[in-house]
Amino acid sequence: MAWSRDQPLVRLRDVHKTFGGGVEVLKGVSMDVKKGEVICIIGPSGSGKSTLLRCINALVPIDKGSILVEGQEVNDPKLDKLALRRKVGMVFQQYNLFPHKTALENVMMAPVHVLKRDRKEAEAQALALIARVRLQGKEAAYPGELSGGQQQRIAIARSLAMNPDVMLFDEVTAALDPETVKGVLVTIRELAEDGMTCMIVTHEMGFAREVAHQVYFTDGGLLVEHAPPKQFFANPRDRRTRQFLDQIL
Amino acid sequence: MIANRSDMAVLKPFRIGAAEPWHFTIWPGVALIAALIVAVGIGEAHAAAAERPGIVATILKWTPLLAQGFALNIAMSFLAMAIGTAVGVPLGLAQISLLPPVRGGSWFVTQFFRNSPWLVLLFYCMLLLPFEVRVGDVVIPLPGWLKSTIGLSLPVMANVSELVRGAVRSIPFGQWEAAESVAMSRAQTLRMVILPQCIKRMTPPWMNLYAILTVATPLTSVVGVSEAMTLTGDILSSEARTELLVPMYLYLLLWFFLYCYPIARATLALEKRFQVR
Repeated sequence: MAWSRDQPLVRLRDVHKTFGGGVEVLKGVSMDVKKGEVICIIGPSGSGKSTLLRCINALVPIDKGSILVEGQEVNDPKLDKLALRRKVGMVFQQYNLFPHKTALENVMMAPVHVLKRDRKEAEAQALALIARVRLQGKEAAYPGELSGGQQQRIAIARSLAMNPDVMLFDEVTAALDPETVKGVLVTIRELAEDGMTCMIVTHEMGFAREVAHQVYFTDGGLLVEHAPPKQFFANPRDRRTRQFLDQIL
Repeated sequence: MIANRSDMAVLKPFRIGAAEPWHFTIWPGVALIAALIVAVGIGEAHAAAAERPGIVATILKWTPLLAQGFALNIAMSFLAMAIGTAVGVPLGLAQISLLPPVRGGSWFVTQFFRNSPWLVLLFYCMLLLPFEVRVGDVVIPLPGWLKSTIGLSLPVMANVSELVRGAVRSIPFGQWEAAESVAMSRAQTLRMVILPQCIKRMTPPWMNLYAILTVATPLTSVVGVSEAMTLTGDILSSEARTELLVPMYLYLLLWFFLYCYPIARATLALEKRFQVR
């Protein structure tokens, strides 16, 4: 079945995941994300938000259900994981830059070695991406020489270098010093405004309100409710959502 | 650190790096040289009383021979380290293989040789390896020193294997996830992301292993290799002078100390430097 642009880019149906030890972190999650859509997923710790993202690019295999990315089934033993991951970019809470490589090399590595792009061409693209995340002049710096926020922006550039169709952000500002958070959020907002499909797990409510087209609330391995941000924050329908928002706002 | 300041009789927290561990100070070297001087002094007195050649003169007379033997110790240590590393690195990588039989087999080999006494392995190699190998028409002799070098390289191999496995496992899991999420294959991830970071972590313990191997080379004297330890014994029996016994063995000790101590210092310095990042 060919995927067409008007169908959801990412489509989850009844996704279940139990970790070894019997902890069921996803208890039947379904959602659709359209091309160009920006969704934010919020919810208490341990509600399965990060696992949900990791399932989409097959870092974590699911037990039951279906995940389609551009029509390709992720829950399939014959899945070409590498092909999937070229389409799905991911940015982590701990940045996970390669510490023995410079910022430029971090961004260039996958295009050169995975996509087999010409080195010159990949370098030009990497320089442009580093400029896009506003870190010109830091190309030759090693991750250890950059602040957390700067490292995170390089990590975003590294993901973008693969020209993904969807970007997953897993609490990317949670480990940052407060003064460096804004730069990262600005970078993500600009991406979203450029039409990148984004799935963002975050605790930054103000940011979610600002950039999201849809806000999802997870609790206990389930998607409790979702709504456009205005409606979500003004009139949450579910009791658990109201409790959560009361606690943090 | 306020936590370390207290007037009360409390057990203070142990701070790593607060002071150099005793075995990395210069005192063992000083003690060794002092002992040598005392032993030589006593020996000289004995020699003078018996109107025989002086201890220092005798030691100097035999030094060229001892140096030859010591050179063999160093050669064996180099070769055993090279063989052990060349085989141990692939063995360590096999220990993190995704294939259970490969992983299990390499784990078994590693544990077997890591937990066998070095001397037992030496004896096995001396007794089980032939004295020559025939490849077609070419006959390659296997002298005793070469066989025992192979024997020494076995535990080195197993220890290097464990070093590799430990180093790979010490790399944060996020590095794997990050590489996977930009569609790198497992082989690419290992080669370009994980192993380059491992080399830095492995270098100090690898150097430490080399120093341990070097001081273990005199074990080969038990199986009859003419290295420094064997030659010292030969020298002593040809001189047949009891007052030479202590100075001569101390002199041999000093050779090993002077060779291995700088390696230990360099290992420590590297460890300290790598800790910063």
